[in-house]
Amino acid sequence: MKKISLAVIGMYVSVLSAFSQNPAAKDTSYKNRRLKIDEINFVSGYYRQNGNNSAVTGGIGSEKLTDFANTLELKLIKYDHKYHKHTFTGELGADTYTSASSDKIDPVTISSGSKDDTRIYPSLSWNVLNEQKNRTFGAALSYSTEFDYKSVGAALNFAKTSKDKNSEIAIKLQAYLDTWRVIYASELRPPHYGTGAIGGGPVHYTPRNSFSASFTFSQVVNTQLQVLFVLEPTYQHGLLATKYQRVFFNDDSERSETLPDDRFKLPVGLRANCFFGDNFILKSYYRFYIDNWGLKAQTIELETPIKITPFFSVSPFYRFYSQNAVDYFAPYSEHKVSEIYFTSDYDLSKFTSHFLGAGIRIAPPKGVFNIKQWNSLELRYGHYIRSTGLHSNILSLHVKFK
Amino acid sequence: MIRIRKLIAESCGQSILVCASFLCLIAFCLPSCAEVKPYQKNRLNDSEMELSARKCQKFEQSFQSYREGASGANGDKSGGGCGCN
Repeated sequence: MKKISLAVIGMYVSVLSAFSQNPAAKDTSYKNRRLKIDEINFVSGYYRQNGNNSAVTGGIGSEKLTDFANTLELKLIKYDHKYHKHTFTGELGADTYTSASSDKIDPVTISSGSKDDTRIYPSLSWNVLNEQKNRTFGAALSYSTEFDYKSVGAALNFAKTSKDKNSEIAIKLQAYLDTWRVIYASELRPPHYGTGAIGGGPVHYTPRNSFSASFTFSQVVNTQLQVLFVLEPTYQHGLLATKYQRVFFNDDSERSETLPDDRFKLPVGLRANCFFGDNFILKSYYRFYIDNWGLKAQTIELETPIKITPFFSVSPFYRFYSQNAVDYFAPYSEHKVSEIYFTSDYDLSKFTSHFLGAGIRIAPPKGVFNIKQWNSLELRYGHYIRSTGLHSNILSLHVKFK
Repeated sequence: MIRIRKLIAESCGQSILVCASFLCLIAFCLPSCAEVKPYQKNRLNDSEMELSARKCQKFEQSFQSYREGASGANGDKSGGGCGCN
């Protein structure tokens, strides 16, 4: 009898333990907790443009520009004693550009300080992933310096993924505290105002601050389709006009570009990626944008990676963009002198643009050229045509070591 | 603060409509979402299926933010950090 009751109690206890709440299934798999290099990314781009609506010369003149940009990113990972995954990312970028229009800031000296320049931009970020609770928290700092512009940026981000990892919400708060060296076109400089060049006399420094919040929601719809929704309100305050850009009025007078000190932008984006069959992917993106300068824009992007083999894909892409003009835009010599704000910058005019090209991606399991650590190689070319006449070409390369 | 509210109000009317349409679309899609198990995600985990922009697109997005009035909501900066926008 005693034996039977003990057996019944034993069964009862085992049934209870089976139904009791399990402590969060801890991942007991061994993880190396030492800091190690996860990946190294090198991205390089060459950009070349030409057009005939330079804002520096009031909406007329050459927009010829070349830019050679490179970034090197190092990603390190480490697990702490609670097995939270820490990711540390350091990036260093350098752009060198030459611009025919910037050369016209100071035609008096034949060549101005800004006709060619280098922009250096290091950044650091840290993310910690709690794999038990599916939460990620992170922070980032960035710095950027070029001849007439300096920027300090900071960001905080948080993401929560659902238990089944099929949906995720993320929030990112960003701030950029920037400083302009205010340079005027040579004939528009106030008396005793410097040229902007080193040793060229005193100039003003003015802030331009940008604050943005990005809200993202992503969802797996089925085994082949996933979508992402983004809302990113942004507020900018400070000197938003570029003072060395000239504006010519209908009475033949000339002044520096003047724009409001505040701008509120609201872009909304929707991305959907779908895998068709075994070899064909359709990536689509739509964005609606509106701001308080009267600018409305729509963007549609389509990209179709085709997997020739599991490790080699070709991706043709097309992007369509359309915007109306901001309230303050008018072409060369069409502004009225009574206007408070004015610009002849064709980047803020009404236009449509088409961007099309293709990319190839190689990621063999044994590494590119049989170099095990060389994870992938990607090359992309794109041609851009704007209805204002501006056209450009861009070639990008991404090399990833893992 | 009042100025910021005024700015938001100026540009919000139409964008609220767009956001609401997007949210309705999401709300409409969510119930039709299937529960996808980790072992069924081989296609979704393909590197080409990433929902973020490719690293190779970094400079494309950068020049587009210089040459166009609109920016943001695509993984790139929506203003600040350099002499653009």
